[in-house]
Amino acid sequence: MAEVITYRDAVARGLAQELRRDPTVHFIGEDVAAAGGVFKATKGLLEEFGPERVRDTPISEEAILGAAMGAAMTGLRPVAEIMFSDFLATCWDLVAVEIPKTRYMTDGQISLPLVIRTANGGGLRFGAQHSQAVENWAMSIPGLKVVAPSNPRDVIGLLAAAIRDPDPVVFFEQKSLYPTKGEVPDGEIVEELGVASTLRSGRDLTIVALASMVPRAVAAAEELDTLGISAEVIDLRTLVPLDVTTVVESVKRTSRLITVEENPRLCGWGAEIVSIVGEECFWHLDGPLTRVTTPHIPLPSADALEDEFLPSVSRIVEAAQKVLL
Amino acid sequence: MSTTQIPEPTRELSAQEQRQLDLYRQVVRIRRFEERAYRLFMEGLVKGTSHLSLGMEAIAAGFGEAMRADDYTFCTYRGHAHTLARGTPMEGVMGELLGRASGVCGGKGGSMHLTSVEHGAMGSYAIIGAHLPIANGAAWSAQVRGSGQVAVCFFGDGTTNIGAFHEALNLAKVWNLPVVFVCENNLYMEYTAIGDVTAVEHPAADRASAYGLESIIVDGNDPDAVYEVAATAIERARSGGGPSLIEAKTYRHGGHSRADPGTYRPDDEVARWLARDPVVTYRQRLLDGGVQPALLEEIEDRAQADVDAATEVARAAPPPQLQAAYTNVWADGGSSWRK
Repeated sequence: MAEVITYRDAVARGLAQELRRDPTVHFIGEDVAAAGGVFKATKGLLEEFGPERVRDTPISEEAILGAAMGAAMTGLRPVAEIMFSDFLATCWDLVAVEIPKTRYMTDGQISLPLVIRTANGGGLRFGAQHSQAVENWAMSIPGLKVVAPSNPRDVIGLLAAAIRDPDPVVFFEQKSLYPTKGEVPDGEIVEELGVASTLRSGRDLTIVALASMVPRAVAAAEELDTLGISAEVIDLRTLVPLDVTTVVESVKRTSRLITVEENPRLCGWGAEIVSIVGEECFWHLDGPLTRVTTPHIPLPSADALEDEFLPSVSRIVEAAQKVLL
Repeated sequence: MSTTQIPEPTRELSAQEQRQLDLYRQVVRIRRFEERAYRLFMEGLVKGTSHLSLGMEAIAAGFGEAMRADDYTFCTYRGHAHTLARGTPMEGVMGELLGRASGVCGGKGGSMHLTSVEHGAMGSYAIIGAHLPIANGAAWSAQVRGSGQVAVCFFGDGTTNIGAFHEALNLAKVWNLPVVFVCENNLYMEYTAIGDVTAVEHPAADRASAYGLESIIVDGNDPDAVYEVAATAIERARSGGGPSLIEAKTYRHGGHSRADPGTYRPDDEVARWLARDPVVTYRQRLLDGGVQPALLEEIEDRAQADVDAATEVARAAPPPQLQAAYTNVWADGGSSWRK
């Protein structure tokens, strides 16, 4: 029996699955308990697990991640929510300087099995300070694993994998996906980090996408089909570990690559994919490696502007046609 | 830990005298170690930077004496003293300073990141303020696990003006965490006097009331006083009484780091504080209290011998293998980011 649920409800279901399974899992953040989260993605957890395991914090991002880090090194498996991924900047010392380096600097004496959940990306007209897609920030830091699911099933399965992982994971939930729906099977769901999923097979080019860009890439591939272009679509699912094997094998078959990224242009994750494919697939290529991204601008608030500048289905289709010229 | 054999006393030592000898042993060991670290730096064997606790030994010693073996220490880049005070072997600490494979972190941490989890030394943190929230986390975990452990977090006066200090104190109080925050107020941040840039006279203690905490100031150069205040605060935390914030007044004998001669400090101020040297004054107190000089000399000789031995071990140890740079990024022991 499968069930259709929202991406939003999948968050609560994934957390509940792990809170039920492992008493060392604790969940903290701003407005996450009594209010059920500002995006209502953690509704019902306080009622089931009580205030010791599902705990509201003050608006103190450093205190939140510090608590998670100190608890993780001493026997708990904390999940900490940072309400908007933009707020990672207020606790960037913990995210980039403390958490990822501690195992290394102590030569393995300290383990940090923790998850930072955060609502990432644009599409909700929140303006430039509540809409950033910052998965590439986290990707650039050695010692952080980076996950960004595109559908409800992956939210549950990858969140479970992140919580069970012995290393720190930044888990980006794309906030425009919260109301989207997908089928999930009954029972426990656990996926593996570092395994991309090929959503659609194709012969002429490979489209690599992440999170909110995945449904757009699939829609673009369907439109390309009507134009006689066969596109393979890969949902990366995790940026670290990065499933290079799936991407490289695909591009060797299709000989063309487009990445679709929500992050602004410079140093987006697609640049890394393009660089790897350039090095490892060069002699198999029949077209320019191409990136579709948000332009290198802060994301504007007005719907007319936001819709224009986030990568759209039509921009992906146009890019594919150019690559195949 | 020192394995000093105390010469047979002519009468049985009281518990207090025994503790005072332990405190003296700690301040002397830290003093000798720091003097050696400075010398090795000048010889080019300790590289990078190093921040010494010369003049501030009594705080690490007093707390180290009051802590239970499974309590947690969180300290700063000025953390040689706190790491040693938990019983971390000198060889491993010296090895880390010299960048050797024998260091407590295999040479990947350095002077500013000394860690020995098996001794409760949960890391030395080199970004101001970072470890106060982290100490909260360890205390939270102890509270959840019902382990009775206490986290003790040392930091400098400069930390009292950064946001993490305030975030951490508030959360510690709200969650009633078993954590003790210890501000080592040595009057200077790096080069600037804390009083010149702070709205209140006592940078930690005057902020305590903002978080519903008692204002506690202690003479940080007096090992007995530090021990007493530490024991009280740790007991309060362990018994569910919540956090404490302690301001220990002290002075560093040198500059902020190896690169700083500390010339910005008035001569008379330096002279005044040197007269309150915690090692010298504590020695005199013990002698005045009737402790035999031979007991103290034995402790001093042993500390020097331990430092000499640790130095030799560290100097003889090889540097880390190049391959070590690729280890322990991840829990699987490796550094691979791709699949």
